[in-house]
Amino acid sequence: MTQTKKKSRQPKTEAKSKELLVQKIQAGTVIDHITAGYALAVMQILGITGREGDIISIAMNVQSKRMEKKDIIKVEGREITTEEINRIALIAPNATINIIRDYKIHEKTRISVPDKIIGIVRCQNPSCITNNERGIRSNFQVVDRTPVTLRCDYCKRITGHDNIIEQLLGQY
Amino acid sequence: MSLSVKDLISIADLSTKEIMTILDQADEMEKIVRSEKPSKRLAGRILATLFYEPSTRTRLSFESAMARLGGSSISVADVGASSVAKGESLADTIRTVENYADIIVIRHPQEGSAQWASEVANVPIINAGDGAGRHPTQTLLDLSTIRRSQGRLDNLNIAMLGDLRFGRTVHSLSYAITRFTDRLYCIAPNGLELPAEIVGDLKEQGKEVIETTDLQAILPELDVLYVTRIQKERFPTPADYEKVRGIYQIDKTSLQDVKPTLDILHPLPRVDEIAPEVDATPYARYFTQMFHGVLIRMAILTLLLEAKQT
Repeated sequence: MTQTKKKSRQPKTEAKSKELLVQKIQAGTVIDHITAGYALAVMQILGITGREGDIISIAMNVQSKRMEKKDIIKVEGREITTEEINRIALIAPNATINIIRDYKIHEKTRISVPDKIIGIVRCQNPSCITNNERGIRSNFQVVDRTPVTLRCDYCKRITGHDNIIEQLLGQY
Repeated sequence: MSLSVKDLISIADLSTKEIMTILDQADEMEKIVRSEKPSKRLAGRILATLFYEPSTRTRLSFESAMARLGGSSISVADVGASSVAKGESLADTIRTVENYADIIVIRHPQEGSAQWASEVANVPIINAGDGAGRHPTQTLLDLSTIRRSQGRLDNLNIAMLGDLRFGRTVHSLSYAITRFTDRLYCIAPNGLELPAEIVGDLKEQGKEVIETTDLQAILPELDVLYVTRIQKERFPTPADYEKVRGIYQIDKTSLQDVKPTLDILHPLPRVDEIAPEVDATPYARYFTQMFHGVLIRMAILTLLLEAKQT
């Protein structure tokens, strides 16, 4: 009997938490299917500190059908740009972006890593001209998408995924 | 004849056909060098050499090449004493120098610097070495030397020997020569092997990279042996260096079983990896290489400047 009760309570709890997680926003962006554990890094990429006054919801390590676990971010009152999507792609290549208007999904985009990454991360090679000259932006060809691996257009050296993550998360 | 590129930054920017065009043009240039009548082909054109790192051969051979074609050269005698020392960016230096010259040759310690220079410049830029990166004119003169001596570039057994990790000439050459051959021998002491990135790229292209430390075992099979200097400072202790130095010294004895047509190349300067007694053997090509360096640079200057004119 006790077990049955527990079973009957479990779905209610899950349903309740699910309800909270997917609570609708009037306008803004929902970033779903973020690689588990990287929601805060995505916030960093978007420059969201929480002090902007927008309502932000974050869910981390929630269950997902497509992924084992995922993170979700909801940002009220802000639609993220293509450039921001490109940046997110570096650490969450499976994410989906839902632009919400009037409580409805206006546009749904599954992130795809672009062919070129410009100016988001530094070249891993300290002797690369991009790390030593004023007025030059880093410029990479994407040579691998899972995980993201970049080849510098200038020195042709590889900047690996670990280094990309370190650069993006090292700013915390 | 012309090239599809405005600048010469990397061998990778050239098609195999364009490489052959440059080598053919270089062969043609020998007539000008041998002629008693001075050439006026690039008369009135000015080359600026901008060397942020020391160079003897590359700089002199570019200046010689320009003079042979009737053009003139200007250079910064000491970059350390120029505006660069006052903190001027490379981009500003290039934008200044391009007002004084029709073409710029640059050697700079930072990798990718020549490409950056080409992006800001309106005149052609030639990369004469960017840090541990690329040095395309050296590679072209190496290919030219091999082709002139062996009569071809395909199906040759070529080995690179020495510091394959840090030597930029071998990096460029390994990509360039495997356009023509399917196999490349690499002989390097432990820790100075060809970077895994390059080996990976070559294998991905279906090339066979044979890495060994045993020079004598493969020497009889070789058509070309490309020797590079092993830098003492790369070793943790002088004793480690001494061990390697002995193994890879090429002298007359080590050449007893080689093919009569073997060519030994070296980008120079050498220290003691090739004994002076080898200089007089028919295998030594390293001084001929220097002559080809002038021809190659004449070819490149002509192709880039004449393309700009049209």
